Amino acid sequence: MRRWLLPALLLAALIGAWQAAASSGALADVLGLPSILVPSPLEVAEALAQNRHLYAENAWVTLREMLLGISAGLAVGLAVGYAMHLSRVTRDTVSPLVVASQAVPILVVAPIFVVWFGYGIWPKAAVIALTCFFPIALGVRAGLNSVDPQATKMMRTLDASRRQILWRVESPAALPSLFTGAKIAFVFAPIAAVFGEWAGATRGLGRAILYDNAQLQTANLFGDVALLAAMALALYGLLALTERRVVTWR
Amino acid sequence: MPAKAKGFAARAASPASNGSAGSGLSIRGMAHSYGALRTIESLGLEVPADGVLGLVGPSGCGKSTLLELIAGLQEPFAGEIEAGGATGAGERLARCAFMPQRDLLLPWLSAIDNAALALRNRGMRRGEARRQAGRLFERFGLAGFERAKPAELSGGMRQRVAFLRTLAAGKPVVALDEPFASLDAITRAEMQAWLAGALEADPRTVVLVTHDVEEALYLCDRVAVLSARPATIVDELSAPAPRAADRDEAVTDPEFVAARERALHALREGMR
Repeated sequence: MRRWLLPALLLAALIGAWQAAASSGALADVLGLPSILVPSPLEVAEALAQNRHLYAENAWVTLREMLLGISAGLAVGLAVGYAMHLSRVTRDTVSPLVVASQAVPILVVAPIFVVWFGYGIWPKAAVIALTCFFPIALGVRAGLNSVDPQATKMMRTLDASRRQILWRVESPAALPSLFTGAKIAFVFAPIAAVFGEWAGATRGLGRAILYDNAQLQTANLFGDVALLAAMALALYGLLALTERRVVTWR
Repeated sequence: MPAKAKGFAARAASPASNGSAGSGLSIRGMAHSYGALRTIESLGLEVPADGVLGLVGPSGCGKSTLLELIAGLQEPFAGEIEAGGATGAGERLARCAFMPQRDLLLPWLSAIDNAALALRNRGMRRGEARRQAGRLFERFGLAGFERAKPAELSGGMRQRVAFLRTLAAGKPVVALDEPFASLDAITRAEMQAWLAGALEADPRTVVLVTHDVEEALYLCDRVAVLSARPATIVDELSAPAPRAADRDEAVTDPEFVAARERALHALREGMR
């Protein structure tokens, strides 16, 4: 109960303070801005309610991109993590490339993906996958590697094959750090989705942010961001819940 | 506690089983190095089938390495090891079970699934493996804890489950590496009595590494004292038998005390 109540209270207090500061015009005065550029939470809520169909459509587009991108990132991350764990050659060959893939700015990669994959869901999913696979691969590899060598020896005297050690000992041991990697990935996924949409999109929350920003529709803009944050929080919450159900031994 | 020396006594009486017994253990002229460091030197040991040998030695003398060599996890630099009738490392691995110092129970598996690991590794179906391992739970006073996760068990119980896991592997030779080192004194005494009973009920050829001379003399038929590195055997003595039923009585028996003094003396000599 406290886990939900305390953050909810904090959020309510922040929104309340913001409402008071914005509706009285104090916030705009302090920032030296016209009050139209500093919307109050109520105005944002109004914008969300008025344009709910448009918001829902954009949110659905971005959510689909995120789900597809995260799934692909998870698959690639697991494959890379296991391959690096199982083969020294793979580890030595792939590691530098994996690190280099993270050094390339998304802003540079996203337009290239648009050129390659068009304006649909694929370039966005590719950008998200590129961002997500890295923490997952690192988490999986670290987790697989975390097994006590004595446990491996014990399993060998219990007639375990290499594959059985991987399946019965190393893979379960890797779950906690897989979840840690996935949590990082889930937090970065919305950011990647926005950059992906900025490179070329007709719909989606990232595209809406760009549009509302250009139109100085600040209330709508805040609505876009609030929705994106809510989606990220929901995905993260689902993941944390899954972790609690799966990793029961901690 | 009934007499524990019956394995040795029975074997010694029968000339056919002198030397390398079919399911016993025999080490001849073994030497081992870790890089340039010589860890074991001209070491010889004989354990008849179902005999229990204690290995005591100063810390860092290579006792754990010796167990890994016996169990076939490593191949010695020189010499020969025959365990349960097998000489090659891979074959020894198939005939030896190894219980490491810490219980190393897999925390995501229930006690019974931990105990059934060897059976599952050999391809037995889960239900059948649980049924077989479950029989050991009843026999060794762990009934009712089959479904418990290791985190829910006490240290002594975890150690018992780890030992059941080793026994359930059904190997003729069992290597125990300081199995009770991590337990408090009272639990350790309880576990020693429990282990003696368990081996009585289900005899195996056992090599027990310990730094505790009393434990070795109480649990084993014979005790070999190892020197500091490079390890070799400085003395080998028989534990007093038959043994008093009660552990406290056993360890105060004059014969037991004399054996302990002799082992401690050998230990001191070997450390020079």
